[in-house]
Amino acid sequence: MKISPRVTHSIAWGVCWAAGLLSLAFLLVIIGYVFVNGIGSISWEFLTTNPQGGLKGEGGILSPLVGTLYLVALTLLIAVPLGVGAAIYLSEYAVNNWFTKMVRFGVESLAGIPSIVFGLFGFALFVIALGFNFSILSGSLTLACLCLPVIIRTCEEAIKAVPGTYREASYGLGATKWQTIMHVILPAAIPGIITAIILTVGRIVEETACLYVTMGGSSNMPTSVWSNSRTLSLHLYYLAMETTAVDKALATGVILILIIVVINFVTRWLSNRYVAMTRGGNR
Amino acid sequence: MAVKIQIRDLNFFYGPAQALKSINMDIYENKITALIGPSGCGKTTLLRLMNRMSDLVPDTRVEGQVLIDGQDIFEKSVDVVNLRKKVGMVFQQPNPFPKTIFENVAYGPRMLGTNDKQALSKIVEESLKKAALWDEVKEMLNKSGMTLSGGQQQRLCIARVLAVNPQIILMDEPCSALDPISTLKIEELMMDLKKEYTVIIVTHNMQQAARVSDYTGFMLLGELVEYAVTREIFNVPKDKRCEDYITGRFG
Repeated sequence: MKISPRVTHSIAWGVCWAAGLLSLAFLLVIIGYVFVNGIGSISWEFLTTNPQGGLKGEGGILSPLVGTLYLVALTLLIAVPLGVGAAIYLSEYAVNNWFTKMVRFGVESLAGIPSIVFGLFGFALFVIALGFNFSILSGSLTLACLCLPVIIRTCEEAIKAVPGTYREASYGLGATKWQTIMHVILPAAIPGIITAIILTVGRIVEETACLYVTMGGSSNMPTSVWSNSRTLSLHLYYLAMETTAVDKALATGVILILIIVVINFVTRWLSNRYVAMTRGGNR
Repeated sequence: MAVKIQIRDLNFFYGPAQALKSINMDIYENKITALIGPSGCGKTTLLRLMNRMSDLVPDTRVEGQVLIDGQDIFEKSVDVVNLRKKVGMVFQQPNPFPKTIFENVAYGPRMLGTNDKQALSKIVEESLKKAALWDEVKEMLNKSGMTLSGGQQQRLCIARVLAVNPQIILMDEPCSALDPISTLKIEELMMDLKKEYTVIIVTHNMQQAARVSDYTGFMLLGELVEYAVTREIFNVPKDKRCEDYITGRFG
């Protein structure tokens, strides 16, 4: 029996719809579960006290929260300039020879390596060999290595997407290559670079494995980049594995999700405002 | 009548393919010179050689000379930044930067070292006035150049070129993306510009060449087949191929 195209169309439509709905449902169930079970434990005290330790997971999440912010700021400070620089090199300067092919191959390969491997590398290099000990700095440097491939690739795409006509116009006015990159190409690529930063922030906030072996995990309030510290994700892990305070782990999860959502919204909003200012519309 | 640009035995190659074949041409100061011919005849290549935009294409080779005010622009001692400041270019697609109208016009002077706000304001106003755009945009200099209509964008691009105070303006099919009214405005502007500048325009539109230009060169397969006063080219073309093209028998 032959099924008519109309019927196949209807079936395909139904299947795709169901798949989309199902994946959305998973997401909503997970987030909903975390929120419903976690939100009850969130209080002002929870946000403003340090973890007290113990089997019951006494205390709040202030020091992991501060540790997370430290880590995000420091990692971005290290990884973004490096990544954007590498992306500029690859898209604007590099000729297609064996060296750039190797760089590209390296970048692609690094993106697929499990984070715990980066963690062990960071442990060996930053914690031990360079003597940075378990610290926010060691964690940031390790995370920077982990995030670089994504930053480089996303920024390279953003730079390549800048229309060639901008370059021509700039060169035509007597600008040098460097002036063209700084004043025309990078500003035009800002929205793509911001996407890279958002992805990176997400990665920093979510990462545990490679921080487990580089950052130490102290619940004391960090005082500098040399402090032994933990992030919210790491704290969540400790709570879930070493205490009975599942409710506090879920509450920490709520705060984590909120942080990511807020960072996403703020950066998108800034990016859109920038686009509106320079291009006069969300184009 | 002064000769501004002398082209002498000019050959140009993209890799092994020869795009221009021994071009000889004198381009006159304060005139509009049009280059016409079918697609792929080399007219845009020739135009882009005049401010060495051709440098941006890898694997190319030039033989012969292009002399501007007697100076060969391919000589090692020539600074390409100065050359492009002197020989500005307007492109086929209006290509304002994603910046404000003010910053678009101020870009060239800024890159050449002018940072004084007052000086820049003066340059921006003068350039926009010369490009016949000032009255339409003076209230909105801080809006993005990309909010303007196509025709306004093209005049903005012309103002951007004028801001670096060039002597020669190259236009690569500047109206091909514009509607007839915007085209008319650009053509009027060209007639105005030639009082101060030497204008060279590549166009597919033969009526446009006939309307605005003083001299016309007809190119075919990399050769400059015929080059004369526009009226002669269009009324009494000497070369059969030129006549065929102008009367619409091919191309």
